[in-house]
Amino acid sequence: MASDSIALPRTEEAGRGLVEVLHDWVVTVDHKKLGLMYILYSLVFLVIGGIEATIIRLQLIVPHNHLVSPQVFNRMMTMHGTTMIFFVAMPILFGFGNYLVPLMIGARDMAFPRLNAFSFWLTAFGGLLLYFSFIGGTGLYGAGSAPDVGWWAYAPLTARAFSKGHSTDFWTIAVLVSGFGSIGTAVNFIATIISMRCPGMTLNRMPLLAWLNLVMAGLVLVTISPLTAAQIMLMLDRYLGAHFFDTQAGGSAAIWMHFFWIFGHPEVYVLIIPCFAFVSEVIPVFSRKPIFGYPVMVGATVAIGFVSLSVWAHHMFTIGMVSYANAFFTFSTMVVGIPTGIKIFNWIGTMWGGKLIFKAPMLFCIGFLFQFLIAGLTGIMLGAAPFDWQLGNSYFVVAHFHYVIVGGILFALFAAFYYWFPKMSGRMYSEPLAKLHFWLFLIGFHLTFDLMHIPGLLGMPRRIYTYEPGRGWDELNLLITVGVFFQIAGVLVFVGNLLWSLWKGRDAGNDPWDAWTLEWSTSSPPPEYNFAQIPAVRSRRPLWDLKHPEDPDWKYE
Amino acid sequence: MSQTSMAMPAEPQWALPGRGPVGMYSLILAESAIFIIFVVAYLFYLGKSLTGPYPRDVLELPIFASICLLSSSATIHFAIPALRKGNIGAFGMWWFATLALGTIFLTSTGLEWRHLIYEKGLTISTNLFGTTYYSLVGLHAFHVTVGLIGLALGMLFTLLGQVKSEHAERAHVFALYWHFVDVVWVVVFTVVYIVGR
Amino acid sequence: MFLGLGVMLAGSLLAAAGLYADSSASPRQVSNIFKPLSTPAGEIHRLSLFVLGVTGAIFVVVFSLLVYAVVKFRKRGDDDGSEPPQVYGSNSLELAWTVIPGLIVLVLFLATARVIHAIQDAPQPPSAVEVTVIGHQFWWEFRYPALGVVTANELHVPVSDPAHPRPTYLTLLSADTDHSFWVPQLNGKTDLIPNRVNHMWIDPYQTGMFLGQCAQYCGTQHAKMLLRVYVDSPEEFDRWVEREKKPAQMNDAVSAGRRIFETTACLNCHAVSGTVANGLFGPDLTHLMSRETLASGAALNTHANLRLWIHDPEALKPGSLMPAMNLNDQDLDALVAYLETLK
Repeated sequence: MASDSIALPRTEEAGRGLVEVLHDWVVTVDHKKLGLMYILYSLVFLVIGGIEATIIRLQLIVPHNHLVSPQVFNRMMTMHGTTMIFFVAMPILFGFGNYLVPLMIGARDMAFPRLNAFSFWLTAFGGLLLYFSFIGGTGLYGAGSAPDVGWWAYAPLTARAFSKGHSTDFWTIAVLVSGFGSIGTAVNFIATIISMRCPGMTLNRMPLLAWLNLVMAGLVLVTISPLTAAQIMLMLDRYLGAHFFDTQAGGSAAIWMHFFWIFGHPEVYVLIIPCFAFVSEVIPVFSRKPIFGYPVMVGATVAIGFVSLSVWAHHMFTIGMVSYANAFFTFSTMVVGIPTGIKIFNWIGTMWGGKLIFKAPMLFCIGFLFQFLIAGLTGIMLGAAPFDWQLGNSYFVVAHFHYVIVGGILFALFAAFYYWFPKMSGRMYSEPLAKLHFWLFLIGFHLTFDLMHIPGLLGMPRRIYTYEPGRGWDELNLLITVGVFFQIAGVLVFVGNLLWSLWKGRDAGNDPWDAWTLEWSTSSPPPEYNFAQIPAVRSRRPLWDLKHPEDPDWKYE
Repeated sequence: MSQTSMAMPAEPQWALPGRGPVGMYSLILAESAIFIIFVVAYLFYLGKSLTGPYPRDVLELPIFASICLLSSSATIHFAIPALRKGNIGAFGMWWFATLALGTIFLTSTGLEWRHLIYEKGLTISTNLFGTTYYSLVGLHAFHVTVGLIGLALGMLFTLLGQVKSEHAERAHVFALYWHFVDVVWVVVFTVVYIVGR
Repeated sequence: MFLGLGVMLAGSLLAAAGLYADSSASPRQVSNIFKPLSTPAGEIHRLSLFVLGVTGAIFVVVFSLLVYAVVKFRKRGDDDGSEPPQVYGSNSLELAWTVIPGLIVLVLFLATARVIHAIQDAPQPPSAVEVTVIGHQFWWEFRYPALGVVTANELHVPVSDPAHPRPTYLTLLSADTDHSFWVPQLNGKTDLIPNRVNHMWIDPYQTGMFLGQCAQYCGTQHAKMLLRVYVDSPEEFDRWVEREKKPAQMNDAVSAGRRIFETTACLNCHAVSGTVANGLFGPDLTHLMSRETLASGAALNTHANLRLWIHDPEALKPGSLMPAMNLNDQDLDALVAYLETLK
């Protein structure tokens, strides 16, 4: 392996001034640099969103707590949700996609490098706008600062009458601007994956990561756009006196819910599908077997994408829809469980009969499988409309979607971080520290989010800044908050590990995991042009073919 | 990694769709979703205005403008093969015709709005009809405006002699957008002026 | 790895155990959805047990497969370094784990659809009590149109004997933003949405007081938009209705306080029947003292709390829409004295 790869100096920037280096990063159109900027930017917001979550949990640690006022609490929960979805999860996944997709399909860059940079800066600008609301949101009314309407911003709470000042405007524009960035990135992903594949890489031979990012990008196009449309309507309402969501003038509050959740539910799949992709790359390599049922995995993902477009109103079972609508959305919601189940079985099938190596990426993937299984099952409970009449908008739902987002998405992201860190930095991370991170985070996660289901069953609604003692919620909330500290400790170990490894980690070489996809064929980190010569492939695992010329994959396809 | 060893006897022909059209089709998909939401809002609020004026009282069919916009799809359709063949003169003529027809359409929309605002007293904040009408037609007009800017730039470059036959692919991608704007108008026309009246 | 799975399992068990340990403390204060006391809540409860059973079985099967794979196929210390057999998939297995979950989904759907129909499409019997619930920022208005009663925050309903059902049908409206009516032991939640009319019903078969609260984020004080449902015996309920129907008491001993009430901003928002005060923005105070709580359950209705609530609402419920009245001590005492006669 790697005998005649193009050896590049580790840092081309060595010996240049800071200004010059920064200028390089700001004007870059290179997909790898943009990918890293997306990731770094998201990590910064992850810390900010985490601080907001910590404030929320500290306020709820005991009943009748006075740590923050209700106004501050409502801002924190709104900013936490908006930040984590729009400025952490989406950009960090775009970042990984940006970095990996061209490398894995044997391309030198994205289809539209300048659009790529533009999309990144739009997203970045959106995040800054959102946080500028702490300063600029007050407006001339002296009311509010950061938005406090919840991350769904249900009408008519967003109307001028209920949301004075500019906080909601900042929220709308921030989400709108970053939405344009997302659409740009999705267009780019699709064009890249369709039009930039290296010779021999038919759709049937693409790594699952490319396939799943293709599905994700398609979903972004059809789901972010409704959100964009709804945000435009909200702005027209707030600025030009239109009446889309003005209940005083015959407008409908429910139609905002529909528009929002037509975006909001597929958004979950926009976030989780790239995570499926990470898991589908990591598990085979650490099981030493190809992915089980590749065509079925692709088909299941496409099916999830399509079905997820018809389930949105399961977020609205309590708004008083007619019974057959409730029944329809119960059915479509449960149907999503089938392709999702297929994926879980295929991952276990991949591990079955393999030789499992429990390095950090694999540990996080197994954590992902376990937690995603539970998240899926609580999802089925919430999908049964009458059960949702009890569970909806309670802490049970909060626990459920954090199981998806933290237990599923974040665990898969940590797996991706450890798996591709050697490729991105050229250095190995510290395995003991990574394992410490895993265990700390796992304990913290389960302490917080397992217990969080129960107050919901005992009638505790979400988004309350305080609660009455003696309702059976007290001890649970205390333990939930304790779990947060384990998670914080885990994240600190993670960040420390990354920084230490960047500086001191041992050289990773091109292919530290003995993996099979094209990104491992080039140097670590890859040169600006990725491949000295555009590769050509004959199977799904080109590097396997190369390492096992006696038994190549293409004989079986 | 030995690049040569990986270059196994690959498929003889390796042709992928061009990134331009793929990107434009993706963008069109996203735009369609935006328009669908506005159309749904328009249909949902049909007949729900609490006060007048109502569509039946004030809307007139913009037949001439619609014919202009739809025929501009044909003119741009003829422009592309002309450019491909290197016939810059014919290309310029068809391109200019497209620009002119689009401008007529936009002017007509502007006049219609002027009429509605100053003579019929309908603004975006008058009632739900005004809200949904101006936002849906306005969203379309915004797309026409963007298209006209593109057409005008193309015209300018043509007049400056910068447009060559190798630009046919880009003109083709732009034409896809323009066709999309026309198709959207068919939908908007049907919803606003036929179903909505 | 074993340790990890152990922690995961312990976490889940702890979660399950906590549910029942906590709920045994004081049954009336813990609004456990698994302790239903009304037909719709009972239907949901039965469905939830079924769904929990099915999902629990799925969990056990998949989790066992995962644990088995992790334990059985881990790379051993004496591994020879060769790659395991490369298996690409199996069509029969794929078919199996598509069809079987499909059947499970079908069963779950049919069971759910039955309960949706049973609860949502239940015909309203003529014996039903009708209440209009209007959500406000951040309190509840209850109107009994057939009985001529208006009250706030504390809903009184008659107990419903299964032999002679007397359910209560709620019509849900909102005066401002979205709210949601949720008393877990009586029924699931239904939202109150402006410009929209929603319905739900309850038929509690046990007397007592049941706690609930607003379950749809409605603004600053969403947390203290608490809700109490008093399920009365038929006689108690009738007595309560009789009392609530009467106009406010006129007691000359507190005429000073009444004058303050009628000459300050109080009457802009509050109504007291039989007086000039007929505001609709805040709760009806005609029988204020018949309620056990103030400020939508934020505080008990005691002399000290009532005085504090008028003097400085921010102290009890920061962000509520009740303004501080800025009265001097003498006027404040007189006003409280008047309000305390509104039994």
